[in-house]
Amino acid sequence: MSAVIQRGGVLTPWLVAAAVVIVLPYIFSSGSSLTMMSLMGFAIVFALSYNMLLGQTGMLSFGHAVYYGLGGFMTAHALNVIGAGKWPIPLPLLPLVGGLAGLSFAILFGWVSTKRAGTAFSMISLGIGELVAACSLILRGFFGGEGGISTSRTSTLRLFGINFGPQIQVYYLIAAWCLLCMAAMYAFTRTPLGRMCNAVRDNPERAEFVGYSTQMVRFIAFCVSGFFAGVAGGLAAIHYEIVTASVVGAGPSGSVLLMAYIGGISFFIGPVIGAVLMTALQISLSDYTGAWMLYVGLMFVLVVMFAPAGLGGLLLMHRPLLAAGTWRRVLPAYALALVPASLLFVGGVLLVETSHHLLVKASEGSAMRVLWIPYDAKSPAAWAGILALLGAGLLALKHIGPKVADAFHGARLEATSKLSAP
Amino acid sequence: MLELIIFSSLNGLLYGLLLFLLASGLTLIFSMMGVLNFAHASFYMLGAYFGYQISRYVGYWPGLLLAPLLVGGIGALVERFGLRTVHKHGHVAELLFTFGLAFMIEELVQMVWGKIPVDYRVPELLNFSAFTLFSTTYPAFRIFMLLMSVAVFIALLLLLTRTRVGLIIRAALSHPHMVGSLGHNVPLVFMMVFGVGCGLAALAGVIAGPALVTQPAMAASLGPILFVVVVVGGLGSLAGAFIASLGIGLIQTFAVALNISVADVVGHLGITLTRDSIGGDLWVATVAQVAPIIPYLLLVLVLIFRPKGLMGDRDT
Amino acid sequence: MKSAFSLRQITWAAALLLASLSAQAQVKIAYVDPLSGGGASIGEHGLKHLQFLIEGINAKGGVIGGQKLEAVAYDNKGSPQESLVQVQKAIDAGVRFITQGNGSGAAIAISEFVAKFNDRNPGKEVLYFNYAAVDPALTNEKCSYWHFRWDANADIKMAALTNFMRDQKAIKKVYIIGQDYSFGQAVRAAANTMLKQKRPDVQIVGDELHPLLKITDFSPYIAKIKASGADSVITGNWGNDMALLLKAAADAGLQVNWYTYYAGGAGAPTAIKQTGLDHRVYQISEWHTNVPAPEMEAFADSFLKKYGGNSQQGWWYLRMKNQMDMFVVALNTAKSAEPKKVAAVLADMKHKNSLGAEVFMRASDHSLFQDMYLSSFGSGTKHDEEGTGWGWKTTAVIKAADTVIPTTCKMNVPS
Repeated sequence: MSAVIQRGGVLTPWLVAAAVVIVLPYIFSSGSSLTMMSLMGFAIVFALSYNMLLGQTGMLSFGHAVYYGLGGFMTAHALNVIGAGKWPIPLPLLPLVGGLAGLSFAILFGWVSTKRAGTAFSMISLGIGELVAACSLILRGFFGGEGGISTSRTSTLRLFGINFGPQIQVYYLIAAWCLLCMAAMYAFTRTPLGRMCNAVRDNPERAEFVGYSTQMVRFIAFCVSGFFAGVAGGLAAIHYEIVTASVVGAGPSGSVLLMAYIGGISFFIGPVIGAVLMTALQISLSDYTGAWMLYVGLMFVLVVMFAPAGLGGLLLMHRPLLAAGTWRRVLPAYALALVPASLLFVGGVLLVETSHHLLVKASEGSAMRVLWIPYDAKSPAAWAGILALLGAGLLALKHIGPKVADAFHGARLEATSKLSAP
Repeated sequence: MLELIIFSSLNGLLYGLLLFLLASGLTLIFSMMGVLNFAHASFYMLGAYFGYQISRYVGYWPGLLLAPLLVGGIGALVERFGLRTVHKHGHVAELLFTFGLAFMIEELVQMVWGKIPVDYRVPELLNFSAFTLFSTTYPAFRIFMLLMSVAVFIALLLLLTRTRVGLIIRAALSHPHMVGSLGHNVPLVFMMVFGVGCGLAALAGVIAGPALVTQPAMAASLGPILFVVVVVGGLGSLAGAFIASLGIGLIQTFAVALNISVADVVGHLGITLTRDSIGGDLWVATVAQVAPIIPYLLLVLVLIFRPKGLMGDRDT
Repeated sequence: MKSAFSLRQITWAAALLLASLSAQAQVKIAYVDPLSGGGASIGEHGLKHLQFLIEGINAKGGVIGGQKLEAVAYDNKGSPQESLVQVQKAIDAGVRFITQGNGSGAAIAISEFVAKFNDRNPGKEVLYFNYAAVDPALTNEKCSYWHFRWDANADIKMAALTNFMRDQKAIKKVYIIGQDYSFGQAVRAAANTMLKQKRPDVQIVGDELHPLLKITDFSPYIAKIKASGADSVITGNWGNDMALLLKAAADAGLQVNWYTYYAGGAGAPTAIKQTGLDHRVYQISEWHTNVPAPEMEAFADSFLKKYGGNSQQGWWYLRMKNQMDMFVVALNTAKSAEPKKVAAVLADMKHKNSLGAEVFMRASDHSLFQDMYLSSFGSGTKHDEEGTGWGWKTTAVIKAADTVIPTTCKMNVPS
């Protein structure tokens, strides 16, 4: 495997990604899987555009959904206008409208936002986000009030008989745009401007000394990020065929932050992982447990506290090990680590679920079941079991944790020495 | 008209002082630790719920004392075991930690107390109308809220300017390393300040809970305005936070009372603007409808033109 | 709802379960409403309504000669967009009937989605039963053949309210206050038009919209109502907006009569009790717990016993009972669970509801017309609300035929 990675060219990961994207609907072909994959598609674009600000340029924005949402609104309005006037513009070009809208608003708001950096920037972004969200009820013509703007994606010019009614066609449209945007944003990170963004993030003073205006760099990054956020919003508008004012509010702004951070902001692939994971959780988890939001919050806090590089960071930490072939060394330690991990996981989930059942579903009685095992939520034996699981898990973590860390560090040391050897 | 002005002033003052109770804790925490505590409004909510729960067993007044202590204790523990772990990962991580914390606290509150408002009652002692002006009554409980807020402000001011602890805190505000070098336990000071800040928020919750509905959404509704107050007033300045809170409280309350729109004003000049004119919605919206946006507009303007805030001494 | 962790395990189990269940025919109905987040208290309680109804129906032998009804719950988190995702999931799970009611935004999104889906997938149609979203647009300019509404729309309710107000000579000055979104605007527009028609002598001294579910302190608005000298207030507020408005009125000692749509909703009865306004708060609804009807009272009692809980919240939605009763009749009449056939039966159905009164569905816009009750909240009633000791008392009954208003609906009836 290490040999394959070494021999692959620049294009390989992209071709592999394209192949995966094309083949996926044949593996997961149900309607709701197609829907979920479409959602993941534009969530990825949105999260990547957000990471251009956070991971690349060090700007923590709490109002990024503004450009996503405004892009969506413009796309919906454009679709309605095109449909009504029967203009010969095919649907695949519409996300561009969203992108341009996102770009325009980013230019408008970005000039004032990027004057300051750090916490001031975050606060301005929060303020602008709340401002636009609050304006949604006043500017009824543009935002459509509480009912939003609805549109129909089958009303545009049909090429090759594709009218984008069936979900599979929408999926391929979103997937194509997603790959395109990913490639573009990746290319951006490789340009000198992209590198300057990193420089501005790491040491703004020194960047100034090198001769670049940090405000200009931040402003341009902001605008490009706004463009891609607008594209994501346009794709969302096409998928849902309705855009409501909640799409510019604190909800999507918060959720894209969660996506990017949980995935890992220091790596390009991080937000992709975060977007896929968070979308899957948002859609599916609420089916299985009423306390799903608590799980998401808990996961986020744990990542912030113990894995600030995100899940992507955790995975990519192993890159040198794979390259040097020393990954076999950590396998036994990781297998051992499954013990505290599963104990804590099962214990934690049981704790949350049992409490949730007792507190929220009191009217259903105290009998409940998890994983086909029925038990009584009020019985002391059950609680003793849960606490025992958690206690055992913590104990095991204390003992096994250092061993896993040692194994990893040893493997990495070996890997770096192998790789740097002539 | 006079009636409207008097009652709007009273209500605006009340709202402003409530904001100040919250903002004072937030300002202290931010000034000391550089952490903008997103979960501050959540501690406010916890205080209200704890106060409610205590009031169900022993009444309102013990809750007034116990709830802030309990929540302050929780805040101190959060700082010790949560924030301190995250501190080494940088300011962004601290901010995100408090963000995740706010999320979780809201979920836990919903789980334990349910999603609909709880019946947190005004104590019997204060359940009468203080005075009647122009046939409108004003509840005594609101006067109590006013007085408590002013008392807390004075106590805080005295604590910070006249006591030794206050001296150390003020020193640690600007020169934490120096204070550490002088032998003071700076981490302990941080923990105490965070705890006290959260306790203040909880006190605001216990006071406001019966007057404003105690419900899981109370944190999310007050949170953004709180940041506006703290930033506009100037980070690091309690006096600035006081002025900003009162200002925003009064502006918002008065704005709601005004049913004038731009269309009305230019209508007097003979120009007709309706919803169908270009930008129609903007001209027809009344000040009352625009009222929710005003604080955010203020925030953006202040951050652009005067980033230190009204009375701040630190650049944000 | 099941609780589990491993996604793949549950998917396999569910697939196996579904495979085994499909041998035993089931008619599924999806409940798409908020089960988490801000609207959850209302959504959860509504789900209990549906489950209780279905238990009763299945106990009596099910539908179409023995098939069982099954409710499948989907959490739309109060968002129109999320509703669409959940409806898609429901359709994937083999559900052909969707029901929803909390929030006209979600309702309009679902109605439009269902219309587009049915258009693009002939033979796989689904029906949408709307039990509570009352934006008039859903049965006027945004109407659809596949949408059925069991609650009287905002205009019908305002017509009923203003008919009552027409005869109240004591009303001289009216203040209109509402939430700033499609429903609140519809209420305001209807109130203005109908009051002018029926009582041109009444002065409308205030006409106000405030942001939806954002205000925690209504005292500035109460101050304005006070300053205007109004003796009556009309409002369509619901949820916290209703409860807080009433609370602020109590604090300021505001003595006016309230004409409302949703003063019976969660938390509002408690707030009304705190105001001390005995029988001065009115609501217009299709039923309340003190309407004399032994069958319905017994039904509501048994529900309260099972699901009342600590908050003592009882049965709210006669309209949902009407919906399910008529659905069962339609299934049995059509002898099929094919949505197209069921829709054809429902479109102009007449039915005798649990109060013993006649209700009828109008084919031109799929609105159900039923008797409306104007009731006031206060002391001295048989059943009380939320443990306050106060309950609803009928002030006036408006017969179904008198509630009919014209519609602009032009729906495409499929062949």
